[in-house]
Parts: sequence; C-alpha cells; structure tokens
Amino acid sequence: MILRSPFHERTSVLNETGLWSHWSGTLATRRYQMSDKFEYFAVRNSAGIFDSSPLYKYRIHGPDAERFLSGVLVRDIRACSPGHAQYTAWCDDRGFVVEDGVVLRHGRDEFLLTAAEPNLAYFSDLIGRDDVRIEEVSQEHAVLAVQGPRSRDLVARLVPDAAALQYFGLATGKIAGSPVTVSRTGYSGDLGFEIWIKSADALTVWDTLWESVRGHGVLPFGLDALEMLRIEAGLLMLDVDFSSSRFGWTDEDRSTPFELGLGWMIRDLASDDRAFIGRRALEREMADGTSRWRMTGLVLDWQDYDRIYTGAGLIPPKDHTPVLEELFVYDENIRQVGYATSFMYSPMLQRHIAMARVRPDLARAGSSMRLEVDVNHRYEYVKATTARLPLYSPARKTA
Amino acid sequence: MPTTKSTAGAKTAKTPPARAADRTYDAIIVGGGHNGLVNGAYLAKAGLKTLIVERRPLVGGAAITEELYPGFQFTTFSYALSLLRPDIIHELELTRHGFMPLLMSSTFAPMENGDYLWLGQDHGQNLKEIARHSQHDADAYTQYSHDLDMVCQALKPLLDAPPPDLFSDDPEELLALASLGSRFRKMDKRLLHNTVRLLTGSAADFLDDYFESDILKGYLASTSIIGTKVGPRSQGSGLVLLYHSIGEHDGAFGSWAFHKGGNGGFTQVLARAARSFGAEIVLESPVTNVITKGGQATGIALADGTEYRARTVVSALDPRRTFLELVNPRELPTDLVENIRRFRFQGTSSKVNFALDGLPRYPALGDRGDQFRGFTNIGPSMDYLEHAFDEAKYGWYSSRPYLDCAVQSTIDPDMAPPGKHVMSTFLAYTPYKLRESDWDAERQNLGDTVQRTLESFFPGFSDLVLHREVVTPLDIERTVGLSEGNIFAGEFLAPQMYFFRPAPGWSQYRTPIDGYYQCGSGTHPGGCVMGAPGKLAAQRILKDLGRA
Repeated sequence: MILRSPFHERTSVLNETGLWSHWSGTLATRRYQMSDKFEYFAVRNSAGIFDSSPLYKYRIHGPDAERFLSGVLVRDIRACSPGHAQYTAWCDDRGFVVEDGVVLRHGRDEFLLTAAEPNLAYFSDLIGRDDVRIEEVSQEHAVLAVQGPRSRDLVARLVPDAAALQYFGLATGKIAGSPVTVSRTGYSGDLGFEIWIKSADALTVWDTLWESVRGHGVLPFGLDALEMLRIEAGLLMLDVDFSSSRFGWTDEDRSTPFELGLGWMIRDLASDDRAFIGRRALEREMADGTSRWRMTGLVLDWQDYDRIYTGAGLIPPKDHTPVLEELFVYDENIRQVGYATSFMYSPMLQRHIAMARVRPDLARAGSSMRLEVDVNHRYEYVKATTARLPLYSPARKTA
Repeated sequence: MPTTKSTAGAKTAKTPPARAADRTYDAIIVGGGHNGLVNGAYLAKAGLKTLIVERRPLVGGAAITEELYPGFQFTTFSYALSLLRPDIIHELELTRHGFMPLLMSSTFAPMENGDYLWLGQDHGQNLKEIARHSQHDADAYTQYSHDLDMVCQALKPLLDAPPPDLFSDDPEELLALASLGSRFRKMDKRLLHNTVRLLTGSAADFLDDYFESDILKGYLASTSIIGTKVGPRSQGSGLVLLYHSIGEHDGAFGSWAFHKGGNGGFTQVLARAARSFGAEIVLESPVTNVITKGGQATGIALADGTEYRARTVVSALDPRRTFLELVNPRELPTDLVENIRRFRFQGTSSKVNFALDGLPRYPALGDRGDQFRGFTNIGPSMDYLEHAFDEAKYGWYSSRPYLDCAVQSTIDPDMAPPGKHVMSTFLAYTPYKLRESDWDAERQNLGDTVQRTLESFFPGFSDLVLHREVVTPLDIERTVGLSEGNIFAGEFLAPQMYFFRPAPGWSQYRTPIDGYYQCGSGTHPGGCVMGAPGKLAAQRILKDLGRA
C-alpha cells in the first residue's frame, strides 16, 4: 500500500493535475498545476513550498555519535557544531560513494541524517564498539522546504530566529504551538529553508504556513519543478547522476567523490586525522591521479544548437523538461570523452545546460566539447563548453 | 498624465560629464528606449566610446515601470515581452544583469454570456476546452497552430537581418535580394500561400478557414488589431496577426512573458548591460538637434545648450522626429521628406492601469483566481472586435472596447503589496485625433468606458479599484515622444514595412547625412520590445566604421 505524506490531506487538494510519483513508497506530487515552469518561477521569483517528507531520516544519538559519524561520513562532522547542518556523503572502503545526504546536529550527541534510500542496516553494521544508537525516524518527521527569495521573510514571520540563520544553520521555534526546527537548507540552489515538524503536527503547521504566505505569490511545487531547480543548482540526484556503490554491478556504475565534484568535502585531509571509511582509497586516488572523470557543467552553444535544428527544418526546441538519461559528450573530433546525466533548457540562464562527467584532463572550465542530440532520428553534435557547477547560484543563496 | 512619483530601480543619477573634453564620444544615441539601449550596448561592446542621452528621468522609453501609486508598480505603457530577439539576450549577456522572463501560464477570454475560453500550458486540456465551444475547432486548432508556426519559422530570419536595398546595384545587395527570393522559392505551395495570405490579407479570412467558434476566433483575431488602425476584417490585419505570432518565449512561437519588474525591469537590465560594456547614460537631457557640418553629423545639442561631439549619432526616436525634428529637413532629399511626412502614425492604442484591492471575480469560476496568470482577453468574437473598430473609423473611441488585460502581480508578486494587485489594461481603437474633441477632455470618460466594460464581465470590479491611470495616445506622445502615440513608432502596414520602413531607400539604418543613423522602431523590423532595430543598426554602423 502506497504511503501518504503527513501533508497529503492538503497537498492532494492542491494537486490539480492528478500527476503523482511514488517516492520512497510515498505519493509525491509531480506538479500541482498544468505548468511546472510556473511553479519553478515561483521559487526563483518569490517562494515555493515542497513536501520533502518522503526522505529517509535517521536519528543517530549517544555518547559516541560524533565519533561514529566521523568514521563513516566523508566530511568531518566535528566541524559541524550543534545548531548546524552539513551536506555530506558516505563512501565504501574503495572510496566509492554510497550515498549523500544532509546531517542536522541538534546537540552534542544528537544528529539527524537524511538519505534518499534505506541505510539503516548499512550504518548499524558499522557501529562496532561505539556507544551510539541509530533509529529510523522517517515517519516521525514531516518536512517542508520553503525555497526562494521571499523564503527568509516568510519563514521568519513564524520562526523569528530564522531571520539571522546562516547557510546550513539551524533554529528552533514554534508554529501554531507546534515545536519545529528550521534549517537553512534545500535542494533548489536558492535562498531556502526546511521546516522539520513532528508528523502529528504536520497539518496544523501547513495550515498556518499556507495562510501566512497568502498574497506573496507562493506556490506549492512538485518533483518536476524540483528537478529543474536542482540541475541549475548542480545538485546531484541518486540514480540519475550517480548510483550507490553498494548496488553497482561494475565499477563503471560507481563514482568517487572526486568524480562527482565532491572533492571539496575532503580538501583538508592533511589536517584531518579521521580514519573514515574510504579515506585511504581516496588518498591513493589523489596521489596517483586515478580519477576517471570530473563532474562539470556543460553549457551548449546557442548558435550551433539553433543552426543544427533550423538547418534540419525544425524549430529549435527549448524544453525545460529535464532529460534524466545519459547523453554522450565528445571532443571536437567526435571522440567520446564523457557523458551527461542531467540535461535541460534553463529558463533562468536561457541556455541548454547539463551536468556531465568528462575526462579529468579535459575538465578545465571553458573546454570545448560536443554533446549529442538526436535530430530527425540522427545524432548531431552540438558545441558545448564546460563550466563550473553550479551554473545558477544567486548571491542570496548563501548571503 | 500623472507625474512619476518614483521609479522602480531606475534611479540613475544625472551625470553629464563635467569637463568639455569629456563631451566627445565615438557614438551618441539620442533616446534611451529599449532600441537606443540595445544599440548603445552593441556599440560599446565593440569598443566605441558611447553615450546614450535620455530626455526623461529614467531610461526605457515606452518600456518603463513606475510606482504611480504607493506600493503598486505600473507598466505604464508596454506591458509584456515576446518579440525580443533571443540573440540579443545572449550577445548582450542579459542573464548576467537580471534578465528574467516570467512565464504567463494562461490566457483567459471571458464571453458575454458568462462562459469563457481558458487556455493554458497543457495542449490536451486546451483542446478539450476548445471542444466545449466547438468540437470542430478543437481539431482545427492544432492544424492552425502548426500552419502558423510554419510561416513564423520561415519568416523569422527576416527579423534578424536588414532588408536588402531594392534600389542599389551593389552586388552585395543584389545577392541579398536573390537570397530573399530563394527563401520564398524554397517554400512549398501551402506554406507560401499561407505566408502571402497573412502578409496581404485579413486575419478574419485566414481564421474563418479554420474555425467556426466565435470565442476562439475573437481571441485569435485580437492579435491582428494590436496597435494598428485596422479591424480583423481589414486587409492588412493578417500582417499584424503574423507579427505578433512570430515572437517567442523560450522557443515557443506566439508565447509571451512578463519580465521581472515589468518591461521597466527589462530596460533596467539593458541599461546595466550597456553600462557593463562601457556605455554612459545621461538622463533628463532633452536633445534639441543633431549638429551637422558639411553633410556630416558632428554631435548633438541639448535644450540647456550643452553640446556633445561624435562622428556617429544615432536617433532612436521615431522617423518623424529623426528626419523632421532632430535635423533640418532642408538637409534631406525632397522625396525622403515627402515619404516621412506621409508615413502613417495615427496612434490608436491606450492604456488604463489599475491598482486593485483584490483579484477580480468571474462569476462562472467562483473564487478562483488562477485564470489571471496571463492575459485576459476581452474580445469575445470577431463581430465584437469589428464593432469596436467601427467608431474609430469616424474619429471616436469604442464604446465597448477591445481590452487586453494582465493582472501582473499574479505573475510577479513584487508588483503590488501582498493581497493587492496591479492590472494593466491595453485597449484598442482610441484614435489620436478625436472628432470635435481632444484627449484632455475625454481622458477620464475613456477610463470610465473601460471600467464599465470590465464591470460587465467582472461584477464588482469597480469596488476593487484603488487607483486608475488613463494613458491616451496623446499621453503616449507627450510622455514618451512617440508621434501621435503610435506604439510601434509608425503603423504596421505593408507600405511601411521591410523595404519601405521608414522610407524607400532608407531601410538600412543610414540617413542621407553621413554619420547620422536611425535605430528606432520606425525602422525594420518595427515595434514591440524586439531590440532588432537597435542591433541591426549597430551592425550597420560598425560595418561602416570598418569594425564589423
């Protein structure tokens, strides 16, 4: 039986399209109204509300919780003081990424970790002698992401401490008498917050929030708009841009943090004494230069794109719908040098963009590439340039 | 016309250079409308020391946003974006400067019997909506859209290149002419015939071939009368329909966007882009004339006596002002002066902009409001539109006008305080010259007529009105400087387009005075916030300077 989010009673009324996905066994709206692009622009121009409740959530607590997480997560959790959150990843012993997620540190020994897929057995098996407990609390917490330029003002009206929150900071407060945690996090690449609510309070909080944003152009947004936002923001999606190393059939299905553009997580290994899982493999990869790929943004040459389609007698499509399939990336001699995993037309950037992996020696920003597109049932190779991710990153995101 | 209380993000200080030596430029553009800004940006990008001179306290010309009532941002004149050439967005790097074309996700067309046609982003749903009015038209709509797209795709390149000079023996021009001919030769019979029918015929004849439903025909025919003194049954309205269909939003022909902050927000983006390339902009600096010496432009003179020098002077004003006011007509060939004198302006468009206390209510839709996330088209049938035109033929304005409304705050909430709204209402058939009266006398009566019309479709509308700005063709002329208030800087009539815009032999942005150029909407391809005249003129200038 498919689950319903704690907000389902409200979101199901607002979903006018009848388009739903199954996300972690839970109904999730694809788009609330006929235009996903209208929802997308609400986020980029005002604010949007997204129901993130289906995320897997793990409470990790106990005297050794910090030590445990230091040993299993790629980023140093000790640098994340209570009242802060951290985007992180976890690797296997060969340095391949298992998954990524956000960890919220509520106290010295109290953490909440999010994940896209079940990880309870994986983490539990790694506890060893540490005095730490891991509980799956996915159903206990409802989560609402409020994302967009107006989000700070709107959230702060309900939780005043949100006003001064730093990027990846946490605040607590009450909405309609229900205790909530607000984190300055999200998956949109914009100024944004997530509100963590006890599931039993979900509808009360929703009603208060929904009423308070009236007149501000705020819309609920679904997965379609979210996928647009996160590609512009260069944010990875499991099973689209990478696969969990646990379930790869071959190493071609596996990626290291360096290959996914997450190398910044382990920039300071020299001053980091942790023996976290995968460390030695990652050190070897760095020392030997064995990374197979580098993650990069790709920006298509608009003139070449228009020329190819127009020459074929077609109107050059500028479809914002993300293409979440592999498209091959070539050098100028049409030799394959990588592959793109997420592709779309970005309305904000007015360009076709992609998240792609290319050979490390070609990954410098500004390198000339070609991306395959099928035109009249044949591949054409559109000029593209590598660019640093994220391709869209407004100052307000971190300011 | 109201005075500007404050302007949205338009506070550019008046900073005329203090020292005489600074008053020498490579190029000076007269007029800081969107084409002047585009032109200046391209010239500055090419390395010319460029000055843009604007008469008003803000740039934008007719594409401005003003806070005419506290907390409410009005797109006083131009109110949406579609024809802007995509290459300008890229070449001037407008996204770096805040370019943000917000989607207008629906079109709502109320009917006099209380029903409506409401089209949105889902093609299948649109067909079902049309089928409520005519099963036949639901099928025909897809064919119509496809046929029109084919014509648009075939003609689009003409917007992005100057017209060949019909009167030149220059091999380059003859080649361009041959290439134009070959473009038409390559069309199949159906496409060529559709193209010619649209370029020369009436919108009504074209639409009648596809559709039977009044509401659908009324809605589609509305784009054939915008800004031009034609009815949908007039020959020539097909051209206006085609023109408005060839615009695009993110690759979709005929789609319109609302720029963040209105079209004034857009021209602020252009100004930032122009400055980023090194262009200077001075405000509140009315230009009295272009200075010439021996048939060569040498600079401009301001009303306060200040002079700026440049060997290239570009007029972004309309053809009448460019040829008959900024320079002495005696310096020009007689045939050109004659052609400009008979160039048709006869503005016929007005605006009534409202500050509203809440969203209007359409009885058949109860308390819904999402039908207002795009244009609301009050033109429920071809007869309605044609009747609206009738009065204009005889020197008066429509008693029941065609209205193109947009509650812009539903798309960009920054346009009005929370829960309040701004509504831009464009209306057709308000002739510049009124029979035995004038617009100073009729201004508020026009506002009342519009409000009464809206009240008839949206009962209770008048109770929502907090503030109203009526902008007649006379106000457009006085404030923006567009002759006779013509929003396209000259009518969209075949004899005034392409080879002949603004005059035979002068369609390539030059003038008979060396170094004096034209880049306004009175040149090819014409009006709307398109930017092509500004860009194509810059290409001409740079080529003449040997810098292309």
